Amino acid sequence: METKMTLTSKQRALLSGEKGEAMAKVMETLVRYGETFGAEKMVPVTSDYGHLVTSFGLGVMKPIYGLMDQLIEAGALSGQKFSVDPRPLDKNVPSNALQNLVFKFMYSAQEGYEQQLNKLGLLQEDAFTCACYLPEIGNTPKKGEVLSWAESSAVVYANSVLGARCNRNSGIIELFGSIAGCVPHFGLLTDEGRKATWIIEVKTSKIPEAQVLGSAIGMKVMEDVPYIKGLSKFIGTALNESACAYLKDMGAATASNGAVGLYHVEGLTPEAAELGESLIAQGAKTYVIDDAELARVKAGYPVIWKNKEAQPKLAFIGCPHLSFAQLVDWTQKVEEGLKASGREKVAIPTVFTTAPAVQKEFQKTEYYARLQKTGVVLSYICPLMYMNNPLCGKQPVITCSNKLRTYTSAKYMTNGEIIEAITKGGK
Amino acid sequence: MRQFKGRPVIPGSAKAQALVSHGGFNTLASYQKSLMFGDKKGACSDQNNPDLYGKPMAGAALCLPQTIGSTTGGMVLYTAAALGRQPACLLFAKPIDSLAAAGAILADVWTDASMPTVDGLGDEFLAYVQTGMAITVEPDGTVTVE
Repeated sequence: METKMTLTSKQRALLSGEKGEAMAKVMETLVRYGETFGAEKMVPVTSDYGHLVTSFGLGVMKPIYGLMDQLIEAGALSGQKFSVDPRPLDKNVPSNALQNLVFKFMYSAQEGYEQQLNKLGLLQEDAFTCACYLPEIGNTPKKGEVLSWAESSAVVYANSVLGARCNRNSGIIELFGSIAGCVPHFGLLTDEGRKATWIIEVKTSKIPEAQVLGSAIGMKVMEDVPYIKGLSKFIGTALNESACAYLKDMGAATASNGAVGLYHVEGLTPEAAELGESLIAQGAKTYVIDDAELARVKAGYPVIWKNKEAQPKLAFIGCPHLSFAQLVDWTQKVEEGLKASGREKVAIPTVFTTAPAVQKEFQKTEYYARLQKTGVVLSYICPLMYMNNPLCGKQPVITCSNKLRTYTSAKYMTNGEIIEAITKGGK
Repeated sequence: MRQFKGRPVIPGSAKAQALVSHGGFNTLASYQKSLMFGDKKGACSDQNNPDLYGKPMAGAALCLPQTIGSTTGGMVLYTAAALGRQPACLLFAKPIDSLAAAGAILADVWTDASMPTVDGLGDEFLAYVQTGMAITVEPDGTVTVE
């Protein structure tokens, strides 16, 4: 294959089939992917671990598992261990017998797929979470490291909050980068590609709801890089637990309601703190976000329940997965809400979702018993996968995740609204 | 009739009816239901896309600005192609995004499906083309709309 980009002799050997046809096709895919974006070279993946977006063994996605088999049979395994997005099923999450039957049918390939992941290089048995960068998981990249990851919420967090470098890779491409040990050098891997072409001016009267702010930014800038001003006065200038949790949720909304892979927050995120406004490209456009704009964006979310006024039957909190600090915070909020309403247990079945490793740590604390007392279920599930079947899809589910709202029939509520609903039984 | 010239990301020929998305095309949200439930016509399931919601995507000339949303996008497109439910071609007004490029290239390298892909056709293309118009794609990236 003729290439426009310069390859090392080792990369060229892979491309020409020295390590078999499957590896040659892996390299061809990466090279063509890079050349589409003007990459002139491949660069080594320097992070300790990868992260894959595909965590589900859906019976209908046979082509994916067929491709995985080709790679395994050819010995084209990942050169680095990787974490994977959350599992689609957890028996602790409320479901009826019919739903369980549907799940069994839908995810019939789950066991086989997890065996494939083990062969390809799964980090540890329970390394299934979308928030792989949380400290409990052990896959937290360092500033400047080059990653071959997918999962939009993880990529935007790694780029923005951790200062690592990763393109918004698709599923499969991220695995190919980990197999080949290199990724094409373009976009968010370059200094130029990390410059902001949008200035976001936050002019709200109080701290904006993270998920709505992210949604507004994503819908406006699409795949561009925004430089956000006026936010650090609300969330501070230190990347502490609460600021990181806010940025995690905001970023996931920018990535799912738009296609943002990197944002800078003035005075807060590592590159903005270091380089300031020199990160803003010439001719950058400006988007002002005030209270009215946030209200306009939120009012535009469609509610596609059959009965728009139905009593919610399930609430999901934690998409992306909750951090340890968020779990503690939400537990306290539920307790306070129940105390105010004079109830002992939540009025709507409620599931908090988090990484298995975070779940283990949380279960060691007094908060776990307190959470159990409220009736809230703690799970490692991917709520998006849970919702993706005809039975669950028809359920009136509420969520404070803008990502879950975007991909399913779940109705969005702000953090405050959902606490009100689950502790008082409101709609 | 008007002609537009773009860059052939996956060179090839195609003739099909236009299916136009003026907003970003969310690949996962759009294909989710049809892949999951074996809908061979590939009816779009993205509730946030009023241009496409409920309309069949398989065999259509999908005209779009770019794709948005989950990074499963490329593998979803690859899966659609491997199952023979892909659009006849992908026609991007803007430069192609990384997820769509991944999907189109994966489909080209790893399946026998044909899905010519052209990008950079310009905002004018998307302003002109309407759902149902006849589209012809040539290998050099020329797109004829009638």
